[in-house]
Amino acid sequence: MSHAHHHHAHAQHAPAAAPRGAIALRNLTLTYHRHPVVHHVSGQFAPGELTAIVGPNGAGKSTLLKAIVGLMQANHGSVETGGLKPHEIAYLPQQAAIARDFPLAVQDVVLLGDWHSSGWFGRVSRSARQRADEALARVGLAGFGKRPVDELSAGQFQRVLFARLLLQDARVILLDEPFTALDARTTAELLELVASWRREGRTVIAVLHDYEQVRSHFPHTLLLAKECIAWGDTATVLTQANLNRANGMPQSWDEQAPVCHRDETPLPTPPHDHAHSH
Amino acid sequence: MSPYELLWQPFADFAFMRHALIGCLALALGCAPIGLFLVLRRMSLMGDAMSHAILPGAAIAFIVYGLSLTAMSIGGLLAGLVVVLAAGVVTRATQLKEDASFAAFYLVSLASGVLLVSKWGSNVDLMHILFGTVLAVDAAALIFLASVASITLLVLALFYRALVVESFDPEFLQSMGGRGAWAHFAFLILVVLNLVAGFQALGTLMAVGLMMLPAASARLWAKELPALLAIALGIALVAGYIGLLISYHGDLPSGPSIILTAGLAYFVSLAFGARGGLIWRWLGREHLEA
Repeated sequence: MSHAHHHHAHAQHAPAAAPRGAIALRNLTLTYHRHPVVHHVSGQFAPGELTAIVGPNGAGKSTLLKAIVGLMQANHGSVETGGLKPHEIAYLPQQAAIARDFPLAVQDVVLLGDWHSSGWFGRVSRSARQRADEALARVGLAGFGKRPVDELSAGQFQRVLFARLLLQDARVILLDEPFTALDARTTAELLELVASWRREGRTVIAVLHDYEQVRSHFPHTLLLAKECIAWGDTATVLTQANLNRANGMPQSWDEQAPVCHRDETPLPTPPHDHAHSH
Repeated sequence: MSPYELLWQPFADFAFMRHALIGCLALALGCAPIGLFLVLRRMSLMGDAMSHAILPGAAIAFIVYGLSLTAMSIGGLLAGLVVVLAAGVVTRATQLKEDASFAAFYLVSLASGVLLVSKWGSNVDLMHILFGTVLAVDAAALIFLASVASITLLVLALFYRALVVESFDPEFLQSMGGRGAWAHFAFLILVVLNLVAGFQALGTLMAVGLMMLPAASARLWAKELPALLAIALGIALVAGYIGLLISYHGDLPSGPSIILTAGLAYFVSLAFGARGGLIWRWLGREHLEA
């Protein structure tokens, strides 16, 4: 339904083969200990657009980002990245994943965005340093380059990570709960940065929880609750009916869940439970 | 006693003291930066675990070849590498965290070592392996110590950036296709190498001290990595030198003297360190305006 609409809306950018830089999921299943966290999800993220991923806790949103960036292997199906190299997909993890007390200066962290040209051994160029200073200025931290990161507030640290994303200059940018625990002003300024990425034609995929934020800033939405509930224009996805279905996702961990046979053809009238969720 | 007699004469008069001094300085050069990275990666107890893990290798070598430092070093190195690789593979292949898999393997390794020594060795040997004898460092051992220090510094210089990034934000490196696991394993091998180098001079237990105490002290003084490295190195070098002097003048065992000197530096840092020393709390200075 809304999924088809999405394909239609971008038919002119998206001919039969996925264009370079388009992220597509092909019947993707991701599991922890055989239990699916993302279950048979297919679709394509609109290239050069902002897509929000929303859904209840445990819906597989962060796991999906990890699979796109290559931190997790697909158990079934695949993620297609349209020929992008790893460094062309930038990834902002949840803050807890980073050792914030590490004795690094702000500009060192920002310069990590230059990793694909400096790498393990290479020189950090003068132009990269200059771009790092510019990136810091753009996130409102001009002059913070020499400060140690362990003296920054959560909001300032998130601005530093956005500066790193700026330096990475990637075609696709994945953000995992980028505005959680940030104040209104920081959120607004970083959202403005995300909007500028859209104007520059970058694809942005962000895991978010604030529906109002999604409605006003993200034209596309993937509503995920292990399964894909809806994917397409935000207005058609974030309906009360869809949200109710997403929130009805079973929270309990079924230790005795049977093996999933959904992809085996020909399909008999399926005796297993989850095929009925559509 | 003149300053010359106090500070330099032991080294001028005795070749074994010169050997010991150079050995300690080489050891400090390798151990201090390794210890700092262990502290920063929250792996402080890892050095301790690994020092136990190399014991059976050294013990088997001792039983087969007698008190040969070369054989015992190679044995210790092999045992350490086996534990590092096994624990690394288990960490990546199962849901066990790194500390749990290391604990499991080092305990198995340690128990095997104790079993071997008590069955075929003697308590004197065990004491020797555990506490070492820096005053018995000969020319061959010196070359080994110097080689380990050189390799350590070279590899750290080469892998510095990858190691820092891997410690700070491992997922970033992985998402860039950066193969952080290589930096991690290279680092663990350096840990083993330095512990093996340390155990003939200081004993397996004491070698960890020269890693961890200067590193923990440095954290109380500096906030940037280059400064931290410089301070840790400085403390380790000075502790080696002063510890040897104390050992000579006081007729005390050298290993514990060196480590206690480093321990003294740690307590001084704890009290007066510019970053978080306790004295600043006792002084209760007024807060600033901004």
